[in-house]
Amino acid sequence: MAKRIDVTDLDIYYGSFKAVEGATFSVEPRSITAFIGPSGCGKSTVLRSLNRMHEVIPGAYVDGDVLLDGEDIYGADIDPVNVRRTIGMVFQRPNPFPTMSIYDNVVAGLRLEGGKRRKADLDDMVEKSLRGANLWEEVKDRLDRPGSSLSGGQQQRLCIARAIAVEPQVLLMDEPCSALDPISTLAIEDLMEELKERFTIVIVTHNMQQAARVSDTTAFFNLSGVGKPGRLVEMATTEAMFSNPTQQATEDYISGRFG
Amino acid sequence: MSDTTNPRNLSDDDRVESDRLLHDALTGGKLPRWATAAVAAAALVVAIVLNLLTSVDGVAGTLVVAVLLFVAFQTLWSFRVEGRRHAVDRLATTAVYATFVIALAPLVAVLLTVIVQGFQVISAEFLTTSMRGVSPRAEGGGLYHALIGTLQQVGIATLFGVPLGVLTAIYLVEYAPSAKNRRLARAVSFFVDVMTGVPSVVVGLFIYTAFVLTLGMQRSGFAASLALTILMLPVIVRSTEEMLRIVPNELREASFALGIPKWRTILKVVLPTALSGIITGAMLAIARVAGETAPLLLTTFFTNSINVNPFNGPQAALPTFIWDQFNSGTDPSRSRAWGGALVLIVIVMLLYAGAKLIARYTGVKK
Amino acid sequence: MSTTVEPPGAPSSAPTADGIKGQAVRRGDRVFLGLSRGAGVMILAIMASIAAFLVWRAIPSLQANTANFFTETQWSPDAEPAFFGIAALAFGTLMTSIIAMLLAVPVGIGIALFIAHYAGRRLAAVLGFVTDLLAAVPSIIFGMWGLAFLMPQMEGLLVWLSTYLGFIPLFQNDLEQYTRSLAIAGTVLAIMILPTISAISREVFVQTPREHIEASLALGATRWEMVRMAIFPFAKPGMISASMLGLGRALGETIAVALILSASFDINWHITEPGGTTFAANIALKWNEAGTIGLSALIASGLVLFFITLAVNMAARIVIARRSDFSGAN
Repeated sequence: MAKRIDVTDLDIYYGSFKAVEGATFSVEPRSITAFIGPSGCGKSTVLRSLNRMHEVIPGAYVDGDVLLDGEDIYGADIDPVNVRRTIGMVFQRPNPFPTMSIYDNVVAGLRLEGGKRRKADLDDMVEKSLRGANLWEEVKDRLDRPGSSLSGGQQQRLCIARAIAVEPQVLLMDEPCSALDPISTLAIEDLMEELKERFTIVIVTHNMQQAARVSDTTAFFNLSGVGKPGRLVEMATTEAMFSNPTQQATEDYISGRFG
Repeated sequence: MSDTTNPRNLSDDDRVESDRLLHDALTGGKLPRWATAAVAAAALVVAIVLNLLTSVDGVAGTLVVAVLLFVAFQTLWSFRVEGRRHAVDRLATTAVYATFVIALAPLVAVLLTVIVQGFQVISAEFLTTSMRGVSPRAEGGGLYHALIGTLQQVGIATLFGVPLGVLTAIYLVEYAPSAKNRRLARAVSFFVDVMTGVPSVVVGLFIYTAFVLTLGMQRSGFAASLALTILMLPVIVRSTEEMLRIVPNELREASFALGIPKWRTILKVVLPTALSGIITGAMLAIARVAGETAPLLLTTFFTNSINVNPFNGPQAALPTFIWDQFNSGTDPSRSRAWGGALVLIVIVMLLYAGAKLIARYTGVKK
Repeated sequence: MSTTVEPPGAPSSAPTADGIKGQAVRRGDRVFLGLSRGAGVMILAIMASIAAFLVWRAIPSLQANTANFFTETQWSPDAEPAFFGIAALAFGTLMTSIIAMLLAVPVGIGIALFIAHYAGRRLAAVLGFVTDLLAAVPSIIFGMWGLAFLMPQMEGLLVWLSTYLGFIPLFQNDLEQYTRSLAIAGTVLAIMILPTISAISREVFVQTPREHIEASLALGATRWEMVRMAIFPFAKPGMISASMLGLGRALGETIAVALILSASFDINWHITEPGGTTFAANIALKWNEAGTIGLSALIASGLVLFFITLAVNMAARIVIARRSDFSGAN
């Protein structure tokens, strides 16, 4: 299920503006990799370029290689639709489809495949995915209610259930807890620990304690200067990053001297 | 996609197999980049061949055939290579592009017809004289009397319609949600919607029955402007309502928190924030009613002479001028009708352009 | 309107020096609420009086009528004895509106999608402006254009329809004349309501939250699937109200139809043949030649048109209300 990602010399653009320059790194399968760094340093942009969501923005494009188990996801014969299906994503703000019930939200991705699916199979997938997102017990009696009737934290777990229902190889999480309260945040962090058994997880976070708590590897991004593109400063095991960073900028950021 | 074996125990063979599966999963079969252009070219060639060999005839016919062939070729090819979902996606994309071309053609044709036909009669005389004493068969004459009538009627309608509409919208957005009796607000909101669907000719009938038949007023420009007021109202209420709802609640709360009473908050904070949208909506409403013909026919009729008193007797207006001239059916009168159409369109377009400029320069925009 | 004047010297509504004590509801608030509520009530009053006045003034002709008002096709209210009915009017109105909706709703929504989600940003801005401008083209101009420009252009298509699809009664044409027909009027109506439908649909399409669009794309949706998953559900009430406004305009459209149709009072299913008329067109055309009973009869037909549009709007509102639980506004 889980795949590794190798990124080489990735430049990311919004039109003529270069947002990220020369990012090179690898993400190990079945681990949690955290992207940290000050606002605007391009960490979310890098994340979104890992499943070709970046190019959804008009004028945005990338230059460089992103390999998923050796397969270039920007290759000429690669279909971005399938890339996104293989690499799931959870967004900063919980975004369940407001017109769909909880049930329909979970199977939204599955239904795209089309074909006749047996109701019982779908029911099983819904339960499995909701259990996987630690939400089943809370919503099993009201699966037909709108997804937007849930609390923020529940909505975010619903979105995670929706993302894992299609059984992706990789799960990208773009500041998944920034809109949540501490208790919901804790629930999501616990969930991530479980999910990493099955998925490769990359998470962008503003919260260094969170990165320290959940991730195995941490990458620090920073701006090379005002109006200049962001770049990857350093990447190492989380333990090494937080105890013994090699770069001064990393140490400054982690110790809270800026950002 | 259904590769659920545990990769930890993969043999080398399995690994190769898994790589192939991944590749297939990511590509899923994809048409080359040049596919659309190639299919379009092929469809065009086939259509031209059909044009030469069969009864398919004319530029329009050949193009239609080419489009149909394009759709058929592309869908089939995509279905074979990319599967159902992508075939449907390509079909939808083609349809969306096609609708635009289908629609733009007649819409541009309207403007071109009016401009080409209208320019032939536009002159200083046309803009500054009335039709008094000009026979339908004669050249000359103008629409000055109609211009005056339209400006007066629409002006009065705006004077009534904008304040009423904005106030109603304020009631619906700012007061109704906190009111104890929500039923009134719901009724108002409901009937504003219903009002948008009331045909202009019915509004004309209403003004006629109420003011001419019942109150004994004569048909006049003022009666016409009352009809126009009713036609403007729902448009203004809806557009204002929409703008007021976009104003973030934080702004209102910030103002309340400063101890500013609600009505001042509305006047000083909410309305200015939504102002450009409100003005835009009002101008669009004005533009809409400026071209209304039917209610004017019923409530003020028309005249060939200048009448600067909207309270007294029939008054011409641009739409009724056009109606009269077009129906007279002679060459000179028809070209006067086109001239009137051009003037009317220019006025309406100026209102639109003005609305857009205001929206741009006053900042607030979605 | 109410004119509450503040007594001279009275403190303005600013907070007084002794802090939070003051009127529970300020005078300014009361006046302002009164004004705005009054405006709202005025809307209700207008709607009620439209119905009341039309009913009142329709009664004389309905009493004088010797034919069945609903099933009679002929229109001779000023004859002695008066006989008239709305069957032909209703038929023409519904037929032209149905043609218009069938043509305009899919195309209008397509245009809106094109501008909102398919075209590039600059092209979209230009095209959005163009359709905005065209929404304002007055109906009389569409009527003139339909007669002078579109009608000759459409003849080929109508001949083709009646030649190859003539076995369907709708397209059958026994007269071999293809002018001034319900089909042409319906097409002109379609073009007229197109900008309305596309402008309003586009507005709601553009407002679709970015999160929902991205959520569907991130699940591996194609662009069309994204449209169906994220945009259409969000925009559904807007699309309905866009179509509703379009239908309202088509049903009540007067001048363009009056110019195009060669009025005839019969029910003719052959929509490519000349003839037919509508409620609204009939009112405009007969108004100035009508006697007392004639005016009253036209008012009666206007009343029916009023109720039809009322019913259409209410139906559309109910559809919207039923889904409000899932509207996305919460």
